[in-house]
Amino acid sequence: MGMTMTQKILAAHANLKEVHAGQLIQAKLDLVLANDITAPVSINEFERAGFNKVFDKSKIVFVMDHFTPNKDIKSAAQCKQCRIFARKFELEKFYDVGEMGIEHALLPEKGLVAPGEAVIGADSHTCTYGALNAFSTGVGSTDLGAAMAVGYTWFKVPEAIKIKITGHKRKFVSGKDVILYLIGLIGVDGARYQSLEFCGDISQLTMADRFTICNMAIEAGAKNGIFPCDDLTREYLKNRVNRDYKEITADADAEYAREIELNLDEIDCTVAWPHLPENAKPASDKSSKEIKIDQVVIGSCTNGRIEDMQAAAEIFKGRHLAKDVRGIIIPATQEIYRECMKRGYVEIFLDAGCVFSTPTCGPCLGGHMGCLAAGERCVSTTNRNFVGRMGDISSEVYLASPAVAAASGIAGHIEHPANLK
Amino acid sequence: MAQAHKYGDNIDTDVIIPARYLASQDHKELASHCMEDIDKDFHAKIKDGDIIVAGLNFGCGSSREHAPVAIKASGISCVIAKSFARIFYRNAINIGLAILECPEASEKIDDKDIIEIDFNTGVITNKTKNETYQAEPFPEFIKNMIDKGGLMASLKEK
Repeated sequence: MGMTMTQKILAAHANLKEVHAGQLIQAKLDLVLANDITAPVSINEFERAGFNKVFDKSKIVFVMDHFTPNKDIKSAAQCKQCRIFARKFELEKFYDVGEMGIEHALLPEKGLVAPGEAVIGADSHTCTYGALNAFSTGVGSTDLGAAMAVGYTWFKVPEAIKIKITGHKRKFVSGKDVILYLIGLIGVDGARYQSLEFCGDISQLTMADRFTICNMAIEAGAKNGIFPCDDLTREYLKNRVNRDYKEITADADAEYAREIELNLDEIDCTVAWPHLPENAKPASDKSSKEIKIDQVVIGSCTNGRIEDMQAAAEIFKGRHLAKDVRGIIIPATQEIYRECMKRGYVEIFLDAGCVFSTPTCGPCLGGHMGCLAAGERCVSTTNRNFVGRMGDISSEVYLASPAVAAASGIAGHIEHPANLK
Repeated sequence: MAQAHKYGDNIDTDVIIPARYLASQDHKELASHCMEDIDKDFHAKIKDGDIIVAGLNFGCGSSREHAPVAIKASGISCVIAKSFARIFYRNAINIGLAILECPEASEKIDDKDIIEIDFNTGVITNKTKNETYQAEPFPEFIKNMIDKGGLMASLKEK
């Protein structure tokens, strides 16, 4: 019986010829990741279990990105704990303030993930790296702490949903619209325990689109999302990944639980309304104009890449935020920050009345740098719009692409970019 | 005397323990804020041994282990749901919070019903309604892990 991309990667890492959906396996890991929120819990578990060495100091990544630069004394203590552990065990990939970025933008940028590899991270959006034809998924801190010590973990081999891409992307439409549309279609548990395997005419989707799509696979409950390799993937990996890697394709006779065709011709700019990512509506929906907003946030592991900054800059150029709307723009990494300066985007954002921040997860999870007060509304390019996610429990988050968030900031309500004067 | 506390579908980790409290690793402090965004009385009303009964996709969202930790530290002895999000499922097992998938129990148990659970058989008894429901028992490998005292303990044994 044939295997999906995910099943092939898992089989190779479990040293098995073949695996099937539902099988429990133990798989070797190429990389394990934690951040300033989850690493401290992993470290505690690691130490409490009495481990005194890590499996490979070159394969453990700590990124200080959630509450950094530290928002308060407690979060500073958490980073300090990570720093001490990283020094003690000589972790080669410890990214502190100054060189850190938001983890899921940073790892691909640094060439830490390649096709065919298996990665776990103590962060649910670890599934982002499927865009690079890797298997990657989120786990908790105890799983991660154990993996830091032994370099392997157990998995239940997932069955898959095959998502076939057809048609052409419309103007202003991006990967964010595609994934919000898909989650709207299948629901927040539509892919629970399964992998989302993308195929078809993927050349329509940029690498940034694919990162965004795989990033939000978890919001459909998926274990992972994964794309095959094409010329865009190879171009992205060039000059980033120097080691050998093996591109993974699905077998022609692989079995899928379900097949869905996503015709890009039918997908317009999409907004997910509170309080679930599945509440997707077209940005041009009549009710959108009634949603007056207080803030827009453009950034995060979902949409903080240079393509996202570009999409926002193109909308903001020569325009200004509506009165009483705050605009917060957060490039995901230092490299993206620098590129925004070179291209003149920072100037455009500042002229438009926005702030331009150092990389941080900050407002996405209501940490800092833009929490919402009671009753406030935000159009955000982040990934979750749960109750209280960005601040007060009566605040509201509307998930959208950078183009829609920028257009909404200018209009003062949810707005399709095509409707701007 | 375990009392049931009933919630709906898609109870996410942001309401189980809001991110604004994640700078703390103190179990008691986490417990004091557990579920507060959808049920501000949660911490006050839970007695040791009580259970949570919920619908589909319990624990969806973030990978924060603080979520099952906060529930366990609140005194909750078991979460019964129609289904669980996968990271939460792993985390609960790893930290030793009992969880049972049982759609029938999830539908029939009402808020404040008195519940008894036999973890060896997976039989859930509703004392208030005089009914029993059969939960899916844990797969063998998970039983082994729990018998050995969780993930870390089972690794150390090797």
